[in-house]
Amino acid sequence: MNFKMVFNTIGKVCNIEAILMILPVITCLIYREWSSLFAFLITMAILLALGTFLTLCLRPKDHIIFAKEGFTIVALVWLLVSAFGALPFVISGFIPSFVDAFFETVSGFTTTGASILDDVEALSHGMLFWRSFTHFIGGMGFLVFVMAVIPNLSDRSIHIMRAEMPGPVVGKIVPKAKDTAKILYLIYIVMTALEFVLLALGNMPIFDSIVLSFGTAGTGGFGIKADSIASYSPYCQWVIAVFMILFGINFNLYYLLLIKRFKPVFKSSELHCYFAVIAVASAAIAINTFKTLSLSIRESVFQVASIITTTGYSTVDFDKWPVLSKSVILVLMMLGACAGSTGGGLKVSRAAILIKTARREFKKLIHPHAINNVRFEDKTVEEETTAGIATYFGLYMVCILAVFLLISFEPFDIETNLSAAISCFNNIGPGLAKVGPSMSYSAYSNFTKLVLSAAMLLGRLEIYPLIIAFTPSTWLRK
Amino acid sequence: MKIIVVGCGKVGTAIVSSLVGEGHDVVVVDNSPQAITEIRDVYDIMCICGNGANFDTLVEAGADSADMFVSVTGSDELNMLSCIIARRMGIEHTVCRVRNPEYNDKSLNFFRQQIDLSLTINPEFLTAQEIFNILKLPAAVNIETFSRGAFELVELILKQDTQIVGMSLAQIKKQVAQSFLVCVVQRGDEVIIPDGKFVLEAGDRIGITAPKSEFQSLLKKMGIVQKHTRNVMILGASTTAFYLAKMLIAGGNGVKIIDKNRETCLKVADLLPQATVINSDGSYQEVLLEEGLSSTDAFLSLTGLDEQNIIISCYASSQNVPKVIAKVNRAELTVMAEKLGLDCVVSPKNTVSDVISRYARALQNSMGSNVETLYKLMDGKAEALEFNVQSDFKYQHILLKDLELRPNILIAGIIRKRKPIIPKGDDEILAGDKVIVIAAGQSLNDLSDIMR
Repeated sequence: MNFKMVFNTIGKVCNIEAILMILPVITCLIYREWSSLFAFLITMAILLALGTFLTLCLRPKDHIIFAKEGFTIVALVWLLVSAFGALPFVISGFIPSFVDAFFETVSGFTTTGASILDDVEALSHGMLFWRSFTHFIGGMGFLVFVMAVIPNLSDRSIHIMRAEMPGPVVGKIVPKAKDTAKILYLIYIVMTALEFVLLALGNMPIFDSIVLSFGTAGTGGFGIKADSIASYSPYCQWVIAVFMILFGINFNLYYLLLIKRFKPVFKSSELHCYFAVIAVASAAIAINTFKTLSLSIRESVFQVASIITTTGYSTVDFDKWPVLSKSVILVLMMLGACAGSTGGGLKVSRAAILIKTARREFKKLIHPHAINNVRFEDKTVEEETTAGIATYFGLYMVCILAVFLLISFEPFDIETNLSAAISCFNNIGPGLAKVGPSMSYSAYSNFTKLVLSAAMLLGRLEIYPLIIAFTPSTWLRK
Repeated sequence: MKIIVVGCGKVGTAIVSSLVGEGHDVVVVDNSPQAITEIRDVYDIMCICGNGANFDTLVEAGADSADMFVSVTGSDELNMLSCIIARRMGIEHTVCRVRNPEYNDKSLNFFRQQIDLSLTINPEFLTAQEIFNILKLPAAVNIETFSRGAFELVELILKQDTQIVGMSLAQIKKQVAQSFLVCVVQRGDEVIIPDGKFVLEAGDRIGITAPKSEFQSLLKKMGIVQKHTRNVMILGASTTAFYLAKMLIAGGNGVKIIDKNRETCLKVADLLPQATVINSDGSYQEVLLEEGLSSTDAFLSLTGLDEQNIIISCYASSQNVPKVIAKVNRAELTVMAEKLGLDCVVSPKNTVSDVISRYARALQNSMGSNVETLYKLMDGKAEALEFNVQSDFKYQHILLKDLELRPNILIAGIIRKRKPIIPKGDDEILAGDKVIVIAAGQSLNDLSDIMR
């Protein structure tokens, strides 16, 4: 274990988080919110002190890291960044309990959007901005950002990238990891800016447009109003719905579009599946909840887009929908968006490959000697990948059930607890019943909040990094 | 620069390693998923699994925007084919490994012109050439040539009884009265750029520059004994051995080749009638002694097995053969071989990767960098770089002794109007010069980088 390299990287991350807090500081200055400003400045000072200490005192001799260090760096960074990101809420007194603030920040960085706040509108502008800004950073990944701005993080930063980016197979789009990170962030920022402009053109206040764009880009879902998106104009709702769907698409495809290679984009099987699921689910919900044509289509498409991309915005309280629609929503929660997007969940490509693998197993039973390859995206999927996906799926179910059991002593019904577990693990935000879109997680005990925070991190980092970081053999000289 | 490398075997990996080290964008194409998985985790590169001669694979690798294409798979034909396709797809610079001697005669020129190859590389031939150069100056363990041969940097290891051991560089200079410069010294794991007060010790590996024509007399004055190579014994009738034997015979040397495979021996005997070909197992010491190992001037172990080459070379050294050279392909074994006392080891894959990274440098040079050529010295721990001095260089007309250089930097040579100058304190750098700089433990991109 290259301890120095691990902690040196963490130090760099602390410095960067401090620098990123300049943006909420500016917001505080604009709105003259002095107590929030003070809270941010104190946090920045702590982060800079720790960051400088770690980067100056621990200078690694060799910059070589292996997969183990990659996983550990990612897990520790996400934990620390969330813990420090929670400080402004505590110091300013908006969220006095540290556990609550930690839950809120983890929910922000993992782009979940689950909140313990009963009254969002009471927060200062600076706090609201920071809350949504964590979505923006967490969406593409904190370390991917660090990789893009810091020269020579490590020669083998691919290990970090692979640990942080969700999806069954993580590849680079250009030869250098640093350039890949830069391109991804560039696409990400440009798309977010585009959404901001379109929202602002729809007469949405500037502050709201910025904050909601951050929430959409990271597929997070923190709103700034009690009723989430419902009070905005239909135009704004459509803009947000379309951008949620766009941010749920694999970013590599946008790069291919940029370099004018259209064919693989339009032939992408994952993209086809993704759109097909959105169309079918929207149609089913629209018919099931039919009021008027335009309203039903808008409500169903918005909600389907919001849930499948694991954003969690809502224009309607879907907890009041008929059971069929609620069940569709629950299934979509587990499915998630495309691999390589900012969305969470199981990922469309994993689900598709799982189904294809299952079909192959059926064929094998009928024709025991037949040779069948699982094909996806016009290529044979390697045996290692299909096995990896099956294992991941098993682990994924085990984790969700474990979380469900751990929080089952809470005095709520099964629907609430199960949907809370699924919603947090898949980084959605709202669940059903007592944690529905119009409710919050504030009624849960501190223990449950910590378990759900862990669930959000497990879901965002796709399980392995956290488990590896907290396995003793990673740290011992074995 | 964006460079596509097809084939990541031993040579391919060495090439990728040096190209990545110089900061290029490298895309690797190989048809073995396992090889891809291994190389992907170690270097910051993009990997594509597929056939390097397949159009779609090359599109995926981004051939439309690549600056250079290197094909080094095990098959000459595949290399040629993929270079043809890459050239047609618009990559201007294509490098192809061609090692079959049948393609390496006159047909190679024809082929190169027809498909517009920038460079063909033949690892076996390059290795043979390197060995041939060392045999011309047997005291050397490595020789690098600068500026089309105007300058040579010779690496040699000081033996216990050498006259100059225990003298400081200033003393040696007084005694020899000839222009030369000790540029770099490797002592243990440390690489030092020495000054006049530096005292040489036995076991040091030193790099000396001097005008090419004066090397023989210089080494004699330093008391470094050199015996001219007349008889050479080669173990293993490999392709490298064939090329080398051909060069040696043309230079009037006696060559004895030992190989245990009868078919190979017959073939070599047919191609090289002047050579003595022995069909016997050279790994038996008895055989080597019988064939006159103790009276030969140089013993070269060029079989395909690294381990065998190392062990037999150790034996030859123990029999007091004046010059022993072993071919060792794997880098980690090279270090081991040196620990066992083999000072002269050649590695085909390093030779090839040096040639290619040099070519990439020159290419980048034409795109705006100032480095003309780059050589790795002392197992890559130090670099020798050749810079062109531009007219806007800030430190012109300043005497070298007044320049404040950064530590571990040395100006090893100046070439003015094609004449080599061994720089002294009262020389100066002028526009239009070529300057050779030795740097240890740092990488330079511009001549101004050497200043403090």
